[in-house]
Amino acid sequence: MTYDLVVIGGGPAGVAGALTAALAGLRVALIDSGARLGGQYFRHAAAHGTGHAAESGLARFLRLGERLGERADLLLRHQVWHISQNDGGDFTVHCNGPDGGPVAVRARRLLIATGAHDRPLPFPGWDLPGVLTAGGAQALLKGNGVVPGRRVVVGGTGPFLLPVATGLAEAGARVLGVYEANGGLGLARHPLLAMGKAGEAAGYAATLARHLVPYRTRRAVVAAHGEREVQAVTVARLDQDWNVLATRVVECDTVAVGYGFVPQIELGLQLGCGTRQDVDGSPVLSVDSAQRTTVPGVWAAGEPTGVGGWQLSELEGRIAGRSIAERPVAGVLTRRRDRGRAFGAALQRAYPVKAGWQGWLRADTLVCRCEEVPLARVREARDLGATDARSVKLLARPGMGWCQGRICGYAVSCLAGEPQQPSRRPIAQPVSLGALADTADGIPDDPATDPVDDPAH
Amino acid sequence: MSDVIVVGAGVVGAACAYYAARAGLDVTVIDRGPVAGGTTGSGEGNVLVSDKEPGPELELAVLSNGLWRSLAERHDRQAGPGAHGGFEFEAKGGLVVAETDEIQRRLVELAAEQGLEHVLVSGPELRDYEPRLAEGLAGGVLYPQDAQVQPMLAAARLLRDGADSFGRGTLHLRLGVTVTGFVHSGERVTGVRTSHGDVLGGAVINAAGTWGGEVAALAGVTLPILPRRGFILVTEPLPEPLIKHKVYTAAYVTNVASDSADLETSAVVEGTPAGTVLIGASRERVGFDRTTSVPVLARLAAQAVALFPALREARAIRSYCGFRPYCPDHLPVIGADPRLPGLYHACGHEGAGIGLAPATGHLLAQVLTGQTPDLDLKPFRPDRFSEDSP
Repeated sequence: MTYDLVVIGGGPAGVAGALTAALAGLRVALIDSGARLGGQYFRHAAAHGTGHAAESGLARFLRLGERLGERADLLLRHQVWHISQNDGGDFTVHCNGPDGGPVAVRARRLLIATGAHDRPLPFPGWDLPGVLTAGGAQALLKGNGVVPGRRVVVGGTGPFLLPVATGLAEAGARVLGVYEANGGLGLARHPLLAMGKAGEAAGYAATLARHLVPYRTRRAVVAAHGEREVQAVTVARLDQDWNVLATRVVECDTVAVGYGFVPQIELGLQLGCGTRQDVDGSPVLSVDSAQRTTVPGVWAAGEPTGVGGWQLSELEGRIAGRSIAERPVAGVLTRRRDRGRAFGAALQRAYPVKAGWQGWLRADTLVCRCEEVPLARVREARDLGATDARSVKLLARPGMGWCQGRICGYAVSCLAGEPQQPSRRPIAQPVSLGALADTADGIPDDPATDPVDDPAH
Repeated sequence: MSDVIVVGAGVVGAACAYYAARAGLDVTVIDRGPVAGGTTGSGEGNVLVSDKEPGPELELAVLSNGLWRSLAERHDRQAGPGAHGGFEFEAKGGLVVAETDEIQRRLVELAAEQGLEHVLVSGPELRDYEPRLAEGLAGGVLYPQDAQVQPMLAAARLLRDGADSFGRGTLHLRLGVTVTGFVHSGERVTGVRTSHGDVLGGAVINAAGTWGGEVAALAGVTLPILPRRGFILVTEPLPEPLIKHKVYTAAYVTNVASDSADLETSAVVEGTPAGTVLIGASRERVGFDRTTSVPVLARLAAQAVALFPALREARAIRSYCGFRPYCPDHLPVIGADPRLPGLYHACGHEGAGIGLAPATGHLLAQVLTGQTPDLDLKPFRPDRFSEDSP
């Protein structure tokens, strides 16, 4: 069977796109690796219904998810590892099914709504247990109800640090500080205010104040210390290029750091979709005003087209859904989308990553944790004639391990002295050789025979 | 002005530069990209003698095999034992396995004709060499000389050791410089035009691999080099080494020698020092198309699992593809181009460029310094493809 539309990603963009298209009468399947819809932002535990569900937008998202479950096939716990285009122009989406076996889903059209992942920066000690990405800390909290530590330091750059810190504080962790590496804006002049999100910003500010959490700008976690796990961090005062001016040590058991997000575009790259550089230099999928990529039959929405937050993602998903169903797109939607994009771009400009972080590293600081590649080996590779990130990878192995450079790719590009290039990952998720062998010439299984999880609730 | 300009910083270009510098020549290496950015960076690092049929390529492979060993030993004398040449040199040996008695009989015949050091292995004995091999295989032949290198590091080390060892300023590396044409003086080539100005030299070596035909065309001569695509699957690092040798099926030998443009696959499976398992090999002539083919990956996986059932549970985390420089007669192009004095070629090694690189560089250095090359270069001559060649 061939679906009219297969949506990859069950976050705000994917659910909005899938539901919009399904309501217009299309046969839709939505694929997500998680056990429940939600993506990063609306990640939630199986039993919500408590105060958590009242959180901004979640209750509404869950209602959309329920409606979608009635009108579309939800292939949850399915990891997409490759999408290929067939001779007739339709697509085969290759997944690892819930039991690890191969599942292939056919589609006439695709919507790529795969979100983004955290962008960490390496620093001495970042490989110690207890050092998390900001998104990882939030995922533990939202998805599993786990408070990752008792004495937590939050660091990085961007407004995302605020919900992470407030979430941790409300869940009972003692947040010792939020260290924003950029500065000059402060909460009072926060772009959220300028963009008419005063309520959201004030809410975070009030929560931080209630829990006595200091919010400091031009500060960063530049080292983590501990024998077997984090016991303390070095917090540095920075100049505007992020060079260290002064340091002090803060004792803590957990660090959550995030320096923005990297859009996940590899499925689009597999299909040959064109890319552009976003304001912060990230490669993102190029889309037109109707969210069409440069490959006919493939749309994209949400962070893969440029990081801008969940509301923009949802708008883009709705626009894509209309366009995929060949319905007119209301001008009000596109105008709101355009304002949202301008907002996203403003945030990226307000919270850049500055080159001074490279000075936080020591020769033995691991740049790639999967392959345990220290900075010295990256330098050696450059010395041997690696002039770009790819050849640094070929000579020194950063990015060759489990995460395929998702964690270290940004840092390696910076260290190689080039803007981040689109990362080709022909195998987007690990796939067992047994399952791959059974994919025999790509003949798709019928997804209707697969166990399908209940929609989100 | 250099004595020699080498176009291409892949493993063959690096070897040409290394041996030319060792012979006392001043060398400039030019590449439009980084070191080992082309086919060298997309290979397995095969240093094989076992897969060559008797003839000029086998002789080249045997010469090269010895040179790889000397290069590794020379590096380790300075860097200390266990440095593996600085390029993960492993003299691990190759094990060719036969699925049927008929194939085993042919493998035994081939081994006798090759005259290489080898051990005939019966079906029941196979697992003494590779304990995790599937049951029911008919037998195999072990070739102790087969080895492996990390090809990108090998190219980079050759360039570095060449620059460090034979006098300061002997070997220049110019990366990110694209050759756009040739400089002629009368009938002779006297340099190259590049994106960064003219570079003059006494001789130009075309070591542009799969793009060697394009570089030759810039000089005004024809070399029929075509890309032959191959995919490699890479597993996650395994907790313990599963595979000791380079293990491949007999079909690999026939596929290497085949002229078909269609897809051919055969199992080539080996472990790496990083703990990953590399799985090849596919061959198809589809131009420079990098689109991943799931059917090809599925076939590679199926063949590897058939050989090593324990790999079923291992996960592939990466795949990559590269383009072998393919000549119609499967032999490389090595030597002076009689059609254009001053131009030399060292390209078209198909899937054997890593293995054959040192011998190629060594022989060309002999030619450039007026010595008689250790091997007759006639089978590799650049003008052998034109109809009017003798």
